[in-house]
Amino acid sequence: MNNVQIILSGESLDIGACVSWIMSPESGGIDIFIGTVRNATKGKAVLKLDFEAYEPMAISEMEKIAQQAFNQWPVQKVLIHHRTGTLQVGEVPVIIAVSAAHRDAAFETCRYIIDTLKQTVPIWKKEAFEDGEVWVAAHP
Amino acid sequence: MKINVLAFGVAKEIFGSSSVSLELTNDATIYNLKYLLEQQYPRLKQLASYMVAVNNEYALPGDTIHERDEIAIIPPVSGG
Repeated sequence: MNNVQIILSGESLDIGACVSWIMSPESGGIDIFIGTVRNATKGKAVLKLDFEAYEPMAISEMEKIAQQAFNQWPVQKVLIHHRTGTLQVGEVPVIIAVSAAHRDAAFETCRYIIDTLKQTVPIWKKEAFEDGEVWVAAHP
Repeated sequence: MKINVLAFGVAKEIFGSSSVSLELTNDATIYNLKYLLEQQYPRLKQLASYMVAVNNEYALPGDTIHERDEIAIIPPVSGG
């Protein structure tokens, strides 16, 4: 489909390229969510994050989310880019972009995509602190 | 039948490897697989939860496993 772009990459994500791809003459607006690596978790300094993906399934789950978005909202294009590998504080692990004729659909879809991605896409992050490393959400 | 189980995230650390090989009966289900894995790797039970994927799809406990299926342990995901 040329209205969906899904990329899982070990290289830096290109925000400008995402904006260019998502814009179209039919759109009345675009909505973009850019995730960034925060420097602390619950008051503890984070040194870096490592992202690991089960790549074929991660791609297929992201494709499902994009399809669910089109089934639920009148949107024109959907873009999901996600990083793998080691990211430093301030770097970008995820970009979601949505274009639509009207802003309500774009806002709602963008939120749906990032929220669902965090629940279903097989990608894991490990936080590195000064005193050790922890897989996020693994333990209760 | 012999099956290969892929592990990711914390599951890879619990297995000490990115995949483990297991012997299952021919009509084994996901439930049977989880039981066997938890016997061999009790730390799996300490996870908040975990899923099993078969051929890149989330599987249900009653689903049957077939030889040559691609099986993966999916600990709680944390992308984004």
